[in-house]
Amino acid sequence: MPDLAIEFCGTRFAVNGRTIVGPLDLTIRRSETLVFLGRSGSGKTTSLRLINRLLVPTSGTVQVDGRSTLDWDPVRLRRRIGYMIQDVGLLPHFTVARNVGLVPRLERWPGDRVGARVTELLELVGLAPADFAHRLPHELSGGQRQRVGVARALAADPPILLCDEPFGALDTATRADLQREFAALIARLGKTVVFVTHDVREALMLASRIAVFHDGRIAFLGSVEEFASTDRPPVVALRGLT
Amino acid sequence: MTFWVFFANNGADVWRHTLEHLGLVVASTLAAITVGLPLGVALTRQPVLRAPILGLANVFQTIPSLALFGLLIPLPFIGGIGARTAIVALVVYALLPIIRNTYAGIQAVDPAVRDAAIGMGMTDGELLRLVEFPLAAPVILAGIRIATVVGVGIATIAAAIGAGGLGEFIFRGVSMVDHRVILLGAIPAAFLALVLDALLHLVERAVDWRARRHNGMTACRFLAIVSLIVLIACSPRRQAIVIGSKNFTESVILGELLAQKLERAGLPVERKLNLGGTFVCHQAMIAGQLDAYVEYTGTAYSAVLQRPALSDIARVREIVDRTYRARWQLRWGPPLGFENTFAMLVRRADAERLHLRTLSDAARHAGTWRAGFGYEFMERADGFPGLAARYGLKFRTKPSVMDLGLTYRALAEGKVDIIAGNATDGQIPALNLFQLADDRGYFPPYEAAPVVRQSALRRYPALGVVLDSLGGTITPETMRGLNYQVDVLHRDVKNVVAEFLDGTSRPGTRQDERQ
Repeated sequence: MPDLAIEFCGTRFAVNGRTIVGPLDLTIRRSETLVFLGRSGSGKTTSLRLINRLLVPTSGTVQVDGRSTLDWDPVRLRRRIGYMIQDVGLLPHFTVARNVGLVPRLERWPGDRVGARVTELLELVGLAPADFAHRLPHELSGGQRQRVGVARALAADPPILLCDEPFGALDTATRADLQREFAALIARLGKTVVFVTHDVREALMLASRIAVFHDGRIAFLGSVEEFASTDRPPVVALRGLT
Repeated sequence: MTFWVFFANNGADVWRHTLEHLGLVVASTLAAITVGLPLGVALTRQPVLRAPILGLANVFQTIPSLALFGLLIPLPFIGGIGARTAIVALVVYALLPIIRNTYAGIQAVDPAVRDAAIGMGMTDGELLRLVEFPLAAPVILAGIRIATVVGVGIATIAAAIGAGGLGEFIFRGVSMVDHRVILLGAIPAAFLALVLDALLHLVERAVDWRARRHNGMTACRFLAIVSLIVLIACSPRRQAIVIGSKNFTESVILGELLAQKLERAGLPVERKLNLGGTFVCHQAMIAGQLDAYVEYTGTAYSAVLQRPALSDIARVREIVDRTYRARWQLRWGPPLGFENTFAMLVRRADAERLHLRTLSDAARHAGTWRAGFGYEFMERADGFPGLAARYGLKFRTKPSVMDLGLTYRALAEGKVDIIAGNATDGQIPALNLFQLADDRGYFPPYEAAPVVRQSALRRYPALGVVLDSLGGTITPETMRGLNYQVDVLHRDVKNVVAEFLDGTSRPGTRQDERQ
């Protein structure tokens, strides 16, 4: 296995001839947490969705584990990539346990193994299985729902995790708790994480590297330290917000 | 006799027709689900299909039901008369709510949920099965519920093309001017609609994830089993000689008469009485769905063959028989012995007050009158337009077009002043009406005689013998008497006909009333 998990090669995405994103050239290393930072409309979410083939590049390629996303069976590709979004997207008619066990079940794991995995993950994200396993999503608070979202994304133990502002809709205190726990969790599990946010503090807390998006292009790419010291205008503007 | 006693006395028939009705509705709704559900899903996957498919289903919805039944009759495979055609028509009406609600229900699924589901690597089938169907289920079921309840209503019209069901009571009641018979059909139909509505509402609640957790499948299975039982219970039996009739009392009596006569000769008979009218019966004969019914020579001559009026009774009969044989392999049996021309009727009180005897007398007063005519009379070559021209008739307003059975009531209640009835109608003496003489010989002769398919005669040689034996056995007085028994005394057609064949009917009573 190469050290590269994901690679954008001259990737461009356009709608009706209008370029939304790109061209991008970017490599994401195994086990690093790369944060896509930028304002809304800067192209970070679009770039994220190119990775699990929810979108397909107009030109150029996105490689995952050395293979273009176009050469992957999209279902196989997505099942080895955990996916978290701001609205969580829990299935409202599934209990917490069924939501968390969804991908393992789609992968036809035997029932007892799914059950054990669900219990393990609920404990991992700090939800007591006995209390929460049988609740429906609407019986949870926003923070609890997002914890279930984290558990679900990790359920089939995917090597890659894509996060699209997962904590954006939470109140400040809850968000801070979750960010801290999430940072500890991914450091421990060694996942490759691509994390989209517009919150500079969140980026600084989670990132090993930061890619700043501006008008569909990457305006800055570097470590947290480099981010703190650069004088590139988009970065300076973002830093001013903290 | 109170209505409920009357209802109880007819319990067996009501039950049978209710089951037939339920069978029509369940079969058509299941078929519509089979077609509509995948179509609704297809619309969510292929947006280009949306406008044409929803548009088409919308157009179907706007076709008046009686017209749709009429249009289906001449078509092969899906057409003809009977339950199959009715189910095709009902499916057409059920499609729109099912397609639309399936589409709308799936579209309404939270985009974040769909995005997450796809992002986690669900295949399209898994997305549909695990996410979209369960979440859209209440909306989809609401569509099925609408389709079912509407179907109960539309299925009453299906009786017009011989599909049976509760509409039989309604059509019969309208033609007999007996609201009790109408209620025999209308009350169970309303009840059926309410029960199905309530039942499906329960299922709707059961599949709604917000309301419960896991008994949705149980309810669905339960409903599927009930549907299956109903379908089996209602599946039609194939029988031998199919006897039809049009949807007015005399035609029904004559149809029943043919049927009983054949049964007494040991022949197997299936009744398809109370069909929509001349057009329906004729098309059904040609399509081989009817083997025999009683028609009038004048009707065949002018309405079916579309020839201009001719008053020579023998020539009309000869031309009709020759043409039917050559064109459709249909044979005319010997005339039954009476004529039923159109009778222009007014209230007897008006006739006496204004000294009316003939249509020419009436034409002088027509300018202040309103007229009410059945559909056929308005359209036919020997109907209203020709009559108006011959006598110079001009009414105060355009004639109201209504069901034939209703015109009698409208005349008796003073809503209209002149109607076109049948000369042998039992309502004429019963409602104290007066028949204006056709002094300028406008109406062609209308001899009643059975029409029969030649193939049926070959299949059952005894059929011809029975039909021949009926020739000349029914005088005009007999026919009025039979009509009177059914229309005015509200007696059951089967009993009246059986008494007549047994020679035990006592036709004396209303002959006195007539004078």
